[in-house]
Amino acid sequence: MRYLMRRSFHGVLLLVAVSVLCFLFSDLAPGSFLDEMKLNPQISPQTSTALRAQYGLDQPLAVRYLRWVESVTHGEWGYSFAYNLPVSSLLPIRARNTLALTLAATVLAWAIAIPLGIWSAYRNGRWEDRFTMGATSFLLSVPELVFAIGLLFLAVRTHALPAGGMQSLDAERFGLWQKTVDLGRHLAVPVTALVLASLPILVRHVRASMIEVLDMPFISAARGCGIGEAKLLLTYAFPAAANPLISLFGLSVAGLLSGSLLVEAITGWPGLGPLLLEAAMSRDLYIVIGIVMLSTIFTIAGTLLADVMLVVADPRVRAE
Amino acid sequence: MKGKRKLVIAAVFLVSLHVAILCAGFVAPYSPTVQNRDFAFAPPTRIHLVDSRGSWHWRPFVYDWEPRPNAIYEYEESRSGRRPVHFFVRGAEYTVAGIFSSNLHLFGVDAPAQLFLVGTDNYGRDQFSRVLYGGQISVAAGLLATLTSLLLGLLIGCVSGFYGGWVDESAMRCVEIFLVLPWLYLLLAVRAFLPLHITPVHAFLLLVGVIGTIGWARPARLVRGIVLSVKTRKYVIASRGFGASDTYILRRHILPETYGVLLTQAALLVPQYIVAEVALSYFGLGLSEPLPSWGNLLASLQQYNVLVSCWWMFAPALALVLISFGYHEVANAFHEQLQSGST
Repeated sequence: MRYLMRRSFHGVLLLVAVSVLCFLFSDLAPGSFLDEMKLNPQISPQTSTALRAQYGLDQPLAVRYLRWVESVTHGEWGYSFAYNLPVSSLLPIRARNTLALTLAATVLAWAIAIPLGIWSAYRNGRWEDRFTMGATSFLLSVPELVFAIGLLFLAVRTHALPAGGMQSLDAERFGLWQKTVDLGRHLAVPVTALVLASLPILVRHVRASMIEVLDMPFISAARGCGIGEAKLLLTYAFPAAANPLISLFGLSVAGLLSGSLLVEAITGWPGLGPLLLEAAMSRDLYIVIGIVMLSTIFTIAGTLLADVMLVVADPRVRAE
Repeated sequence: MKGKRKLVIAAVFLVSLHVAILCAGFVAPYSPTVQNRDFAFAPPTRIHLVDSRGSWHWRPFVYDWEPRPNAIYEYEESRSGRRPVHFFVRGAEYTVAGIFSSNLHLFGVDAPAQLFLVGTDNYGRDQFSRVLYGGQISVAAGLLATLTSLLLGLLIGCVSGFYGGWVDESAMRCVEIFLVLPWLYLLLAVRAFLPLHITPVHAFLLLVGVIGTIGWARPARLVRGIVLSVKTRKYVIASRGFGASDTYILRRHILPETYGVLLTQAALLVPQYIVAEVALSYFGLGLSEPLPSWGNLLASLQQYNVLVSCWWMFAPALALVLISFGYHEVANAFHEQLQSGST
């Protein structure tokens, strides 16, 4: 418990550091959202100056930062220039969509990777193992971007799956079941792209840690006692091999978020990715900072979750 | 021995890809900017060995193509003239690496026929040539950004590991921040703060700088670990006893120990950074037209009709996959070599 408290405190410190870094960067960079506005002849210089004052962009860095911190405590997270809304009213729904996508992809990827990795480790060196290794080393070199565009191409070409968005246009009239099916069909392309991209690393790690465990004496002992191979693999070897995999789960959150950013933006999934791109294009400062903070929170939460799982799963860690 | 052979094969594959990209002018039959407005979105030119009368030719040949009347983006072969494919032909002038210029091309066909190996884009520019020339930009961006990351990482890692104390402490806190952030989010965020409308050369340097500086954390941490372990070895302590200076120890004893890690990191980072450039350019935040790069070549796939009907526009994606495959195989084989060497 005390460990958890300490970790959370550490996480908060990290967040503060990230936000300071973001503000420093934004200050170093020339230009802002309102500079683009100056190019627009329909907006008078007075309006532009008034807007600068309203958003507080004429203040020095420290003042702007403190104002932002204040708005965070109010739960506003700054103000979007382009939407003219508090950032906090834009982010949650996008974050929910991103989480739905990454969660579905994570569950599916692990559900495929664990059996495949165990099987590959069990058949170590045979053709099945070699085939899996060859396939993963090929998949490893195909970036998410290419998976996403390729799958989009297939979806559009075959008309089997909808391309882009999260719901069909007439989704409002659907019943609950139809809505779920519709959501699933829209999820299919981005989730498949993410799963294909993250699968090879997971399979390789599962395989590597299983091979290590399968070499240990207690496995030979159990085998000598006449325990069946299936039981041996699943209840003896796998729990012993799970430790590094749980840590990997925590570490892979950041990579998965990065991957989902690309996949979302390409397949038009309305998550954080497209919003961040849009904000990067229009230099919507507070949205960018808000999304960076949010992605940091997700990553920290992921590692924390992995640590908790480690404590639950492994009595050796608990004893420390 | 088997591991060594694997490494050699992978390295040869990777090097030949790079040579092909470096000598794009020689390998590509056309200049990347020459437009053929009459042949926009032409599919790959068919290469034949058997002519319309059914007789066999040892030398491959193509037919003239002409637009189908009353249709756009549709072309057909006119079976009248047979144009054999020649090797080492004279064509458009080009320079290799800005050093020497030539007009010799690996292959080509006689005018008026044209050989588009992987079709053309919306201005009728030869996609194969553009992929090769685009590779120069994308791969150079990846390599330079990797170099930036590794140098930064090496410098910070060495100083932090060697001197310790508050320098080490603060550097490692920074590493933590950079490692906890999903790097693509960070990349986009930093890009968001920088100006959008800039010249291509500035855009290229900016891109390399941004991608390179974001990735310094992992190499820095790895280098620091090595420095920490090497620093306490007996021969280092001995040479210190003989009065060796810090820079001498760093250069003679510590730097050579980091090469293995740096090389493996390089082989992992280069494909990642090439993909970063491609992603940014794909979304219009990186390099834009006239300069071809794999990212902005792929960007045409954002248009629905191109995505659906022009499969050859995926050619840059294939090139991207090939080069990352090469790097991953080299990294793998090299890692195995290191492992077997140390045990």
